[in-house]
Amino acid sequence: MLGTEAPRDILIVDRKAEYPAETDVDKVMWVAMPRKTVSMTSLSVDVSTGIDAENAERIPSPSIGRRLFALASWLTTPLLPDDYLELVDPLWSSRGLRGRVEAVRPETGDAVTLVIRPGPGWNGHQAGQYVPVGVDVDGVRHWRTYSLTSAPEHPDGCITVTVKVVPGGGVSPYLAHRIRAGTVLRLGPAQGRFVLPRPLVSRLLFLTAGSGITPVMGMLRSLAARGEMPDAVLVHCAPTADDVIFGAELRGLAVRFPSLRLYERHTRVDAGDPHRGRLTMAQLSIICPDHAEREVWACGPRAMLDDAEAHWRHAGIAGRLHVERFHPVRPAVVSGGGAGGGGRVRFVGSGREADADGGTPLLTVGEAAGVLMPSGCRMGICHSCVTPLVSGRVRDLRTGREHGDEGELIQTCVSAAAGDVEIDL
Amino acid sequence: MTVTDHLTEADIEEFGHELDRIRDEVIANRGESDARYIRRVIAVQRGLEVGGRTVLFVAFLPPAWLAGTAMLATAKILENMEIGHNVLHGQWDWMRDPEIHSTTWEWDSASPAEQWKHSHNYIHHTYTNVLGKDRDIGYSAMRVSPRQPWHPVYLAQPFYNLALAAFFEWGIAIYDAELERAWRGEKSWNETLRQLRGVVRKARRQVVKDYVAFPLLAGPAFLPVLLANLTANAARNIWAHTIIFCGHFPDGAEFFTAEQIEGETRGGWYVRQVLGSANIDGSPFLHIMSGNLSHQIEHHLFPDLPSNRYPELAPRVRDLCQRYGLPYTTGSLIRQTARVWKRIVELALPGPKSQPAGVASARPEPVSAAAV
Repeated sequence: MLGTEAPRDILIVDRKAEYPAETDVDKVMWVAMPRKTVSMTSLSVDVSTGIDAENAERIPSPSIGRRLFALASWLTTPLLPDDYLELVDPLWSSRGLRGRVEAVRPETGDAVTLVIRPGPGWNGHQAGQYVPVGVDVDGVRHWRTYSLTSAPEHPDGCITVTVKVVPGGGVSPYLAHRIRAGTVLRLGPAQGRFVLPRPLVSRLLFLTAGSGITPVMGMLRSLAARGEMPDAVLVHCAPTADDVIFGAELRGLAVRFPSLRLYERHTRVDAGDPHRGRLTMAQLSIICPDHAEREVWACGPRAMLDDAEAHWRHAGIAGRLHVERFHPVRPAVVSGGGAGGGGRVRFVGSGREADADGGTPLLTVGEAAGVLMPSGCRMGICHSCVTPLVSGRVRDLRTGREHGDEGELIQTCVSAAAGDVEIDL
Repeated sequence: MTVTDHLTEADIEEFGHELDRIRDEVIANRGESDARYIRRVIAVQRGLEVGGRTVLFVAFLPPAWLAGTAMLATAKILENMEIGHNVLHGQWDWMRDPEIHSTTWEWDSASPAEQWKHSHNYIHHTYTNVLGKDRDIGYSAMRVSPRQPWHPVYLAQPFYNLALAAFFEWGIAIYDAELERAWRGEKSWNETLRQLRGVVRKARRQVVKDYVAFPLLAGPAFLPVLLANLTANAARNIWAHTIIFCGHFPDGAEFFTAEQIEGETRGGWYVRQVLGSANIDGSPFLHIMSGNLSHQIEHHLFPDLPSNRYPELAPRVRDLCQRYGLPYTTGSLIRQTARVWKRIVELALPGPKSQPAGVASARPEPVSAAAV
């Protein structure tokens, strides 16, 4: 479990929290994609309609649309009507949500905003949530999650995500430099509980750094669109003024709404500037003296969030701090297959096998072996990748802890083989 | 094996390493253009199918019937050969697209993909042309190697092979259930019946689509549409049968015994794939319509590499075979088909006695002289 990095008295509103509620959606979406009964999970899916056969019978009166779909699938078998509708418009698919990139807008030197028009299945989002994005890089599908930076109130129905380049990354350089308008992306439903409460609290503090501004930008835009900016302080850190993503817009918002106070901290500017260097919690007390009375939303690098959590916990008001974490997995145990583990991994459903060392996530092992691995954040928080363990034990790469019971749902993106392992995929 | 007598074990291993290097090279540089290729083929195939079926709504006009049937037959051939067969081989699994993946794909054929993947990807591709192991040798119904003992029933094989060609998808569907193995008690009847029920479930939808739903939708064109669909399916069946028989059964393709492959190394497996397969020379159009099984040798060496790469691999593999003195059997479609039928007719009769253990030592030429 993730509890190790989340002491119970701190309300961590991160992507793991909604797992029980959201997994069903993910699974259904996932299961609905295959065209036949012999599926990747135990759910029985009708040969060519993709509709869960048992559930379909239990539903007393399926909608006319569903009936038409089921009828039409007799004409398209063994494919689905979608497979042909996609020829007309790739966004028309009931198997998985898609979105078309309408525009690519540079933000800073290393960040771009993608304006995406989602297909008809998009159910909207709440400001602060994130969206899983599936993109083909060099022909290979990759999934990442990005915070939505557009307000749900956006009038043209488009959504935006803002991507900061991770040097050497597999996906972000592609999204920042190579993707073109017109590209069709796969999308998942908006997820996450890093959102503002309703009714809104009267005093807020946003504590962000770098790309941590992205979910908060969605919130601020939403508040601005509704014209109800409460008493809010935004403390944002970036290396220089030019590196502040949405810098001009944030400064404009602070001018437009007197109730919004913006404090920018530029960590890498010349000596002599009193506001340089990493933000400490002591400095925060000076910048925002009443921060303890405010409801806080924090998003940024691991060190900053760890500091904030310790600070608020120490003050006994951990319940006021809401944290969204982005950082990737940092293996606690890295071993080349020696005493640390590793072994033969067998993917029971697909019949594939591979050797894995004790430091490589099973997700990576499976993908390399050609297994269709469900995946999401790849950092252990969104639970899109959970898969039943059939036998063997795995090691949590974040904590080094070994665990594994038969049937246990493991997160393949942060679990490595500790000996021979069988996985139900 | 007389044709490999000149090779030492080390030679065979080196031959394997060279092929491994070719394979690694393709894996390292497959990417966006390959993905674009398969998506384009799929789009063209679906477009052709929709177009063909739409034209057939006025199938009572003879030109429309001809055009619609031709489009539909072409679409069905593409769907089975270049798309279905190759997707089910896992050639496109590396894209990690659940919609073009061997574990989710289902094809326009009577046999359920899951059953076919077992009998084809595993049994046939692992035990290629090994007598008693590879059930694809004559599809357990025909004598295509002199090493198979003669039986009077084979006298009729030229005729039932013709019937098999016309109803090939049904033959494969039933064949995958391995009735003869259940009959011999090597497999439980329960399992066999379970598989047959799977075939019935799948086939029911196939039959309803082509022979009930679309003809009914066409209203007054009911009969012409029914005939068009029947023709398109038969054309696809005959084409698939022809291509597949040319891949393993013309003169030149070798057969092996279980003893011969005992302790076989990876290099030895590669050699057997080359000896047991035969290519078809032809145009790019023929290659695509055959699902690149016209590059049967390359396909058997690298069954899970994207099929669009076989043409570029063929000259390299051929060159490699020449250097190692291994036969690389190929010929035009007409010539290879003639060789297949010649063999099926000849082996319908008892004999030949002169061929000891069926080693084709009297092979006409190692590398066919047929022009590309």
